[in-house]
Formats: sequence, structure tokens, C-alpha cells
Amino acid sequence: MTIVTSDAARGGALPNSHSEPEIVLSVQNITKNIRRRPIIRGISFDVRAGEIFGFLGPNGSGKTTTIRMLVDLIRPTAGDIYVCGYHVRREPEQALRHVGCIVENPEMYSFMTGWENLEHFARMQIGIDSERIREVVEIVGMDARIHDKVKTYSLGMRQRLGIAQALLGRPRLLILDEPTNGLDPKGIKELRVFIRSLAEQGMSLFISSHLLSEIQLMCDRVAIISKGEVIAVGDVETLVARNESYVLWQLDDPDAGLRLLAEEANVRVIPEHESRLDESVTALLPGAIVTTMAHQHVAPLIRKLTNAGVGIMAVQKAAPTLEELFLTMTEGDTVE
Amino acid sequence: MNSLLSLVRNETVKVWKKKRFLVVIAVLLVLIPIFTYAQMKIAVNSRENFDDWRLQLQQKITDYQNQLSSERIPEEWKRYRRIAVQQMQYYLDHNVNPDSPNAVTFTRGFVDASVSMFIPLLVLAIASDLVSGERTTGTIKMLLTRPVRRWKILLSKLIALTLYVSLLMLATVVLSYLIAGLVFGYGGWTLPVFTGFVIHGSEVDSSSVHAVPQWLYLFMMTGLAWISAMTIACLALMVSVLVRSTAASIVTMMAAVIAGSILSAMASSWESAKYIFSVNLELTNYLAGSPPPIEGMNLLFSLAVLGFWAVSALIVSFTVFTKQDMLN
Repeated sequence: MTIVTSDAARGGALPNSHSEPEIVLSVQNITKNIRRRPIIRGISFDVRAGEIFGFLGPNGSGKTTTIRMLVDLIRPTAGDIYVCGYHVRREPEQALRHVGCIVENPEMYSFMTGWENLEHFARMQIGIDSERIREVVEIVGMDARIHDKVKTYSLGMRQRLGIAQALLGRPRLLILDEPTNGLDPKGIKELRVFIRSLAEQGMSLFISSHLLSEIQLMCDRVAIISKGEVIAVGDVETLVARNESYVLWQLDDPDAGLRLLAEEANVRVIPEHESRLDESVTALLPGAIVTTMAHQHVAPLIRKLTNAGVGIMAVQKAAPTLEELFLTMTEGDTVE
Repeated sequence: MNSLLSLVRNETVKVWKKKRFLVVIAVLLVLIPIFTYAQMKIAVNSRENFDDWRLQLQQKITDYQNQLSSERIPEEWKRYRRIAVQQMQYYLDHNVNPDSPNAVTFTRGFVDASVSMFIPLLVLAIASDLVSGERTTGTIKMLLTRPVRRWKILLSKLIALTLYVSLLMLATVVLSYLIAGLVFGYGGWTLPVFTGFVIHGSEVDSSSVHAVPQWLYLFMMTGLAWISAMTIACLALMVSVLVRSTAASIVTMMAAVIAGSILSAMASSWESAKYIFSVNLELTNYLAGSPPPIEGMNLLFSLAVLGFWAVSALIVSFTVFTKQDMLN
């Protein structure tokens, strides 16, 4: 995908100070009851200009409900949402002008061509000419098929068309709901690069996902939601650093090795059932002993094990995942 | 106002691209020739039996009068017959053939016959999925997250719908005229038609009857049919807002329309049925002077009832649509 300059840096209503980046989306203590059942119980967070903000939670935790409130599809029971300083509920025309979004699947009119769809949505906003439509078509790389009916598109192409539609109005905030759903690994990688390049031009991105690795790879900051509540907001790096790194040991004599490792004061051996590592890591090291320890102790320990006659087949460090973080915070809730 | 115009354009384009209107035209193109053929058979038949339309009409009057004296005919039917006899006599006295075969008369008959069921069905084909269709496909999420107020979106849909209903009436009239003209000839514009019969019980008061040229009569009739069609359109729009599935919205409206036409055939003893919209759809009957389905109904009454239903439907549509949570 090629990137064309977007004018995402147009002035909003909030003053732009130099030390503190401007807040593009502000969610203030919103709640939502559906048929008297609380679905969202007081969520607050801010998204700043030019950052990629992850919204992480398991299915059914209220991600999509929250997103629907951000774009005025449903009305919060209480609380306020501001986009660029405009109240979404009270001034939807001003607020939504700065938002591009795909809620759940990128559904477009299948009986019209991609181009006709873009024309349709361009007519709903002020100041979007066919030059701009050509521009967004080029951004998402759909030039070849844009005049075909949408019903002939693959899911990946519909996704691109959805993004093109969302970009039409030169939004300052782009909301993508589970954008990697249904994409192949190559598509996911392209999307990641694309999202990063949009952020570098000053656009803010709000990306929901139930995949922890996605958020870790894509986002600067993250809000973690569970059962309708935000249980943590912060830099992805900081949140990850809170937990110690894992070190996995694959030894030729696991029993002897386990005894030796357990003797060490700086090493904590994690029993198998407590380990929250991703299967993609453990599958490569069958029978490995999982420990947590500071990295400076690794080299001496290797020497010690070798001296004791325990053969080392592999030692691997594994970063703690957000899943683990999530599980420590929600105390045993399962994540898909 | 400029933005509203673009929105109306969007909605018009969508209905067009969905090929809904083409389906409507196709249905008309199939049905009208069938009716034309049937009408032609009738014309051929009566030409064989009668040299003169006067004799035929006289025969019909005599038939009806015989039925009136029979005891096996229910009183309900007799009332219709008695009124019909008086009207036919009026035509006979003024030497005007009420059924002269020509394209304009056919069109008049076709509009008259389709106003209670056929035209509502065609209107539903266009109106029923205006909102529910967007919800079924999920495009409503794209539509409502654009910086446009919801009432403007619904208003644009209503205006586009009005446009298509008007086009539908025009197409019905033009196609019937063109197709029937092939068989019956394209004349008949200036034939006189009597209107203004006032019905008191089973007596016809012909003091205010006057002749109008058939083109004017057709024009007035199409206008009244348009009002019926718009009432259906407003109600269909409401159901489309309230019900998420397009199939459910068509079935709901069709059931209401059919129930109305059944009721108007049998409800003369249930007087409050006259407040049901679908009993009032046959506005064109008032023009021809046919007796109303229920005593005490007249053109103004029916217009008021239809107007009330249409306005209420619009109020409900706009209130719900602007407040509704779009959960799926």
C-alpha cells in the first residue's frame, strides 16, 4: 500500500500544547445498560493525536458495544464521549466529521461497485471530490478492481474498501474493530505497516482486538477491558515490563536440572499448569522447564548446569504476553 | 439544503441499483397484457351478442332488477345492485357508454382495480427494505456513522420513496394506456364520464352529477390512487424501521392490506372498522359513485383516516429511528 499525505493535522477544538499531545478521543466514565443489564460499567480513557491505541479484551467483554458508542450508533446510558472536543451525542455532525470507522465487518452495498460505494459516502460529507476518491483508492491499492461490483470482492478487498471509505473524510481518528479478522498472515503484516504509516502522519488509530500478540505488535498504548470495565490503561511496553521475563530450559536430564534450578535463590520455577506461555513458544521446546529470572543470572547458571553434567539443548527467553498480564489482572478469566 | 439533495440522490441511486423498480416495471409488463387480453375477450363476446351497447346496458339493468326481486339474494347485495341500476340508468338516459372499449377506459379500469391490492404490493416491493435492508446487510453502520443527522437520512429515504411511488403511478398509467391501445386504439380521452353521485342508503342522489372528460377523470383517479399508495408507503417505512428483517416487514404490511380488503367486503355491520387504513384505500370508488364498504364513509372521511395513519406512521418512524440503538 502506498501512502499519500493526509491532512490529519488539521486543528481540532482542543488547544494543542507542545508538552502534552492533543487528545483526539476522550471517553469519560461511560456506562451502558441493555435491558437493565449493565454491559459497560464506567469506562474512561483518552486517545492522543498520532498514537495507535489498542483496545484489548476477550469476546463478549464489551469492545464492540463501546465502539458503537464512540460512533453514535448506540447511546451511552451515562457518561460523555468527545471527539476533537465535540460531544458525540450532542454534536454528531461535528464529531463524526473527524472519525473514520469500520464497525465489525466492512459491509458495503454489494449491488454497487466499489467506486459507486465511495461516491455514495463521499456525498454524505462536505468537500470530497472525485480527486479525493481516486486518492483513497490509490492509498489502499484497489485501482484494478474499483469498478467491479462489491459482491465479487474477497474479504481482504472488502476490508480495503472499508478502509478507503473510512479515510475519505480525512479523519483525525480511525476506528478499526478487529481489523485482522479474516486476513492471511501476509495481509496482517501489510495492515500493520499501513496502520503505522497512518499514525506517522499524525492520525490517531483506535484498534480493538482479542488477539494479544496483535496489540503488542501494533499499538503504542492499550486499554484492557474485561466484563465491561477497563482494568488497565497504559503503554504497552510499561505494562509488559511489569512482569518478569520467562526463561525456558530444555535439558537432557530434566529431573536433575529441575533439582539444580530449584536450589537457586534467584530463580523461580513455574509449574507447568501455571505457565501462561503461548503454545507457539512451548511447542518448539517440548519438556522445557519454565522459570522466571533476571537475565544476568542466565550465563552463570548455564555454567553451573554444564559443570554438574546436565546437558543443555536449548535456553530461550520469552517475553511475557499481554495475555499473562490480562490473566494476572483479572485473576483467572479465560481469554480466547 | 444542498446536503439533503445529495442524500436523496444516494437513496434514489440505491433503490435503482437494487433493480427494485425494474422488477415493478417487469410485473406491470406481464400483468397488463394479460388483463388487456381478458378485456378484449369480453369486448369480442359482447359485440357478438349485442349490436348496440344500449341494448347491452339495458339487458344488464333488467338482469339486476330481476335479482332485486329475488328473495334468495341477501339484502347487502341488493343495495349495491340498486345503486348500480340507478347509475346505469343515468348513463343510458344521457346516451353515454360507460364501458366503451378504448385505451383510456381500460387504464381507468386498471387503476381502479389495482388500487386496493396490486399497487400496495408494488409499493411494498420498493418501500419494505428501505431501512430494514440496510440493517440486514449491516450497511446501516456505515450510513449512520457519517456526519449526518439521522432524521436527515430518514427524510432522504422518504423523499426518494415519494419519488418512486409517483413514478410507479405514472408507469402504471402510461403502460396500461400504451399496451391496451394496441388492441383497443388510443382514443377515448374526451369521452364524458359522470361523477358526483351521492349515495344515501340505497338511493342515488344525482342532483350534483356532472360529466367530466375522461382524461380529467383519469387524472383525478390517479391522484387519489397516489394518496392511497403514499399511505401504504409511509406505513411500510415505519414497519421497515421497526422490524429488522425485510421479509417480516413485507409480510406484516401485506397482512394488513389483505385484512383490510377482506374486512371491507364483510364489515358493513362492524362500523368501527372504517377507521382501519386498509378499509379506506379504495378512494377511487368515491369518484365512480360506488357505495362505500361501510355506511357513513365518504371521500373526506377516508382522506382524513389515511392522512391520520400516514402522519402517525411518520411520527413513529422518525422518533424511533433517531433514538434507536443500532445493536446489529
